[in-house]
Amino acid sequence: MHKLWQQKKKEAEAHKTNQRGSPARIRLQKELGELETTPDLEVVATDLMHFSLIYRPQEGHYHGGEFRFKFDISESYPHEAPKVLCKQTIFHPNIDPEGHICLNILREEWNPVLNIQAVIFGLQLLFLEPNKDDPLNKDAAEMMAKDRQEFIRTVRSSMRGRSIGGIHYSNVLVAPESSYGSY
Amino acid sequence: MSPTAAVEPTTTAALSSPQVPCIAGVDRYLKLRAAHVESFELADESGKTPQDLLDEAKILVIGAGGLGCEILKNLVMSGFKHIDVIDMDTIDISNLNRQFLFRKRDVGRPKAEVAAEFLRRRAPDVNITAHYKRIQDMSEEFYLGFTLIVCGLDSIDARRWINAFIYSLAEQHGFEGFKPIVDGGTEGFKGNVRVILPMQNACFECGLDLFSPKTTYPICTIANTPRLPEHCIEWASVLEWPRVFPDKKLDGDDPDHINWLVDQATARAAQFSISGITYSLTQGVVKNIIPAIASTNAIIAAVCTNEALKLVTSCNPYLDNYMFYSGDDGVYSHTFPYAQNESCMVCGHKRKSMAVAPDMALEELIELLKEDPSLQLKSPSLTVDSTNLYFQRPKALEERTRPNLEKKIGDLFASGSTLTVTDPVLPTSLQVTVVFA
Ligand SMILES: [Zn+2]
Repeated sequence: MHKLWQQKKKEAEAHKTNQRGSPARIRLQKELGELETTPDLEVVATDLMHFSLIYRPQEGHYHGGEFRFKFDISESYPHEAPKVLCKQTIFHPNIDPEGHICLNILREEWNPVLNIQAVIFGLQLLFLEPNKDDPLNKDAAEMMAKDRQEFIRTVRSSMRGRSIGGIHYSNVLVAPESSYGSY
Repeated sequence: MSPTAAVEPTTTAALSSPQVPCIAGVDRYLKLRAAHVESFELADESGKTPQDLLDEAKILVIGAGGLGCEILKNLVMSGFKHIDVIDMDTIDISNLNRQFLFRKRDVGRPKAEVAAEFLRRRAPDVNITAHYKRIQDMSEEFYLGFTLIVCGLDSIDARRWINAFIYSLAEQHGFEGFKPIVDGGTEGFKGNVRVILPMQNACFECGLDLFSPKTTYPICTIANTPRLPEHCIEWASVLEWPRVFPDKKLDGDDPDHINWLVDQATARAAQFSISGITYSLTQGVVKNIIPAIASTNAIIAAVCTNEALKLVTSCNPYLDNYMFYSGDDGVYSHTFPYAQNESCMVCGHKRKSMAVAPDMALEELIELLKEDPSLQLKSPSLTVDSTNLYFQRPKALEERTRPNLEKKIGDLFASGSTLTVTDPVLPTSLQVTVVFA
């Protein structure tokens, strides 16, 4: 057994280190420390494994809103995908009122070479281009397919915190609606 | 040993001597090999014979399930004399079809204890200790006491944990902490065995990408257009459970939890004319259980045992380092040296030691790291023991950790601490041990 040890690593004993963080934690330190952040994104983190993302779309139907997501990452990461929920009640074809998000890379298409950055890109895309073919809020998806103008009006009104179809939506506007022009 | 014990043979010794004279042929084989081993490159320097090494080896078996039962039986029958087994589970009736050390009367009892009792009855001269515990609950000293570790686990999380832990033992304790791992795994007709020599070859984490993540279904399908019983079970577990019990974590081993899911999923399935919801399917979906096949376990356990025997006794060269068995489509098997992954979060890091004054500001320490020409760091982020020291990004974290830059390092961590440094130029991390001079 001693020979096995001596075979290759001569330098191994030279650098004794203490026990360090788990592989999931080190990977998150690396990912968050190198995140490409743009002015429309803000990561609020005290704990690397549980943090919030604030996204303010600069274009599209959701422009002018401030959307908050909760990221929960377990020690199984990156074998297991991060768990992401939208913290507000919003009118979106791919997000249900409880905040579940239909985004393929968060579930069936997750794989360990993906990362937090990829999930953030995925979320951004979902707000720029909602996908009517993967409905999670069926009413929103049907409206988007049938009457685009009606859909846009409903999105804008939901973002002001109105009730639609018996559901009270969160006011997500960052500033008075007027500063973003009229819709 | 006390003098009386030496004179008066105990019942145990009396039973054992005539019972198993030639355990699995190993003792005769080792005697034959002993003559050749001297010239063999792996021969031990201590001058011990392969048989001595086998007699002295202390083996830890992790997992007493389908694979573990087979591994334990094989180790005992191969002549290993000191075996510990650790498993946190109790026996379920559904285990009896492939975990052959257990009987119906054992249902509900700890797997490790029942397995140890069975083996003690079969081989009373073998020293078997059972631990009905989680691997995370055992101390460093406990793990340091073994020669070699054999893993027969079905949980990727547990295998990742033990790999990282055993790796850090070798890193901290040098040869005393060097514990080779023989890791076996099966999935239906497929299986693999690897020999992990910490700090010398690829570790378990290096090959994490080989494991497909848990099977999941698009959330819109489970919410709106279920077609399979699995969709209804996921609807109940992913959407309904957190809605109805927002503060209760779903436990796949709690029958009350699974029964609740079965009821919800059955009602849901009826609405969509889907059939096939059962208790075992529900538990299988929740726990991501891939049905195990006893004979695949037997094949993989047999390879694990022989590799353990070769590593311990140096009687023959061992597996280098990955063996793959697939019975999915005909039978195919392949062995190759799995390469170390330079971006592995367990073994891919660089190491550095520094001796600096405790009144140095964190900012100066970071500058010192950046000046090291062998590293070429650009924007390092630092943590110690899961505490954030300084982060370059994101903005909120940078602002929160910025006040630490001016603080004295002696006020931030103790002498001898190891800092985890990440940087865009490093594939993983740099582990810096800082000693105060
Ligand atoms: Zn590795």
